[in-house]
Amino acid sequence: MSKVLMKGNEAIAEAAIRAGCLNYFAYPITPQSEVAEYLAWRMQEVNGVFLQGESEVAVSYMIFGAAGAGVRVFTTSSSPGISLMSEAISYLCGAQLPAVFVNIMRGGPGLGGILPSQGDYLQATKGIGHGDCRLFVMAPEGVQEAAEMVMRAFPLAEKYRNPVMILGDGLIGQMMEPVEFPDHLKSVPSNKNTWATNGMDHRKSKTRNLVRSLFLDSQILNNNNLILRDKYERMKKEDVCFEAYNTEGDYRILIVAYGTMSRVCKTAIATLKEQGIDVGLIRPQTLFPYPEAAVREAARKESCRHVLCIEMSMGQMVEDVERSVLGARPVKWYGKCGGDVPTPEEIIELVKSTLALHKSY
Amino acid sequence: MAKTFQKPQALSSTPTHYCPGCTHGVIHRLVAETIDELAIRGRTVGIAPVGCAVLAYNYIDCDFQEAAHGRAPAMATGIKRVRPDLIVFTYQGDGDLASIGMGEIVHAANRGEKFTTIFVNNAIYGMTGGQMAPTTMPGQRTTTSPFGRKTAEVGMPIRVAELLGSLVTPAFITRQTVIRPKYIQKTKKAIRQAFTYQMENRCFSFVEVVSTCPTNWGMTPQEAIQWTEDVLLPYYPLGDVKTPPEEEPAHAK
Repeated sequence: MSKVLMKGNEAIAEAAIRAGCLNYFAYPITPQSEVAEYLAWRMQEVNGVFLQGESEVAVSYMIFGAAGAGVRVFTTSSSPGISLMSEAISYLCGAQLPAVFVNIMRGGPGLGGILPSQGDYLQATKGIGHGDCRLFVMAPEGVQEAAEMVMRAFPLAEKYRNPVMILGDGLIGQMMEPVEFPDHLKSVPSNKNTWATNGMDHRKSKTRNLVRSLFLDSQILNNNNLILRDKYERMKKEDVCFEAYNTEGDYRILIVAYGTMSRVCKTAIATLKEQGIDVGLIRPQTLFPYPEAAVREAARKESCRHVLCIEMSMGQMVEDVERSVLGARPVKWYGKCGGDVPTPEEIIELVKSTLALHKSY
Repeated sequence: MAKTFQKPQALSSTPTHYCPGCTHGVIHRLVAETIDELAIRGRTVGIAPVGCAVLAYNYIDCDFQEAAHGRAPAMATGIKRVRPDLIVFTYQGDGDLASIGMGEIVHAANRGEKFTTIFVNNAIYGMTGGQMAPTTMPGQRTTTSPFGRKTAEVGMPIRVAELLGSLVTPAFITRQTVIRPKYIQKTKKAIRQAFTYQMENRCFSFVEVVSTCPTNWGMTPQEAIQWTEDVLLPYYPLGDVKTPPEEEPAHAK
């Protein structure tokens, strides 16, 4: 298929359909409402299900019900709406149901603002819901990658029987870029007859299926959590994704950034390169599981003197960067929130002032 | 010799955890009998609430999902929208449906979702130990209204059937009880009617069942039945609140 120019939110919507997900429930919220507006007519074209629920709370349980019935289903929202869905995400993890959530982040806390932000990093990767639950979290840096990650999200959710989140900032949703929907990312839903409440007749079974997260017996609950933990450990072994950019040379500074922020950093790195300053970049594509080893190895490169974590938040991913670097190099955080994205000029200045700290420069 | 009475196939042999005098067991049986009679066990999905009936799937033997508190109608919506061929019912208490889940039930009913809700109203929170519910009667003592429900502070009990019946969208809304055999027969008929409307893809169907909670009311089972008759039924009158029109209205087409 040839490239088409699309808004990120619309590409996300179309990508879900191309991935074989024909069921969508949502509640409007800026800056992701175009997903619902697009699917309101597009789902009708493909004979799919579109429903605008009465709240994010209700929508998240429509997702639960549909996922429990064994179909591919997804929703999209933005930060405050995701907070309302976080209860259901915990229930989905507990009941081991696959579903896809897209969070097009805006600034917070509270009602915050409607401009781009990366302020939900900790919520998505560490604290999405009560209990020992984890989301698989992917972060695209543009419209093309957002579409591809949406298409990958469904088989990943089914592989782990766990919810998957695409964590994009408002820019990813709002900007227009050329996008191509790759045929090779089409996938078919995996067999769900062992657990889905899709009707005994439907799966030609004499025994019923139960979808639940209540385990009153302490040992049984502990066992359920061990199953979940094994899955989260398996994610770390099998599905970590990252991009290493300009890491071949002898860089003295390593930047770690994701999403829109990593693109701005790439612009700064190109300018610095023209000035003879080498800067490496590790861009996590999965935020959970986190590319700890990649960050650690890149930071420990002999030439590297300092690690910079640059975010559109008040310092969230920096905790994972510090955890990965394990004190081998100093880690400095830089960021902004509220909607102003740090500029290439700011990053160039930051790199130079950091280099000045090291006498060998 | 012909068998004239037996355990419904859709009812498991598990002894229930319900208290003596509780009517959940009777209502479970009526649901199970209906599933058997309509021969829909192989395509039925139940949704258990948070409340005393959280383990309803231990007794009603068909596919089941367990809901978060109050969210069963949203889950039923999700299931029914993606699999309209399935028969879906929620089984909810008054704390679950009329308090924390009021938003979900009103909007599901108003969209005319084609599932069935069995609403067990015993005017109190059972599982958490007898706290005040939106359906608790004026003056009724509970662990969180130890001096009796003060209506000046918390309002009057909500009549959910009438509230849902006020929606313009066509629906089958009825209130029944199971405290005497004569009522049990009518409740059975109502539950069967509700499932039948769903199978005909006609409308949202809702059966409120006025029920007892001797343990949390602090009564014997007999006293509880009498109190239901004397106090609850005058406030929660029995009968159909709303039935779907024979002709499909223009706005639903």
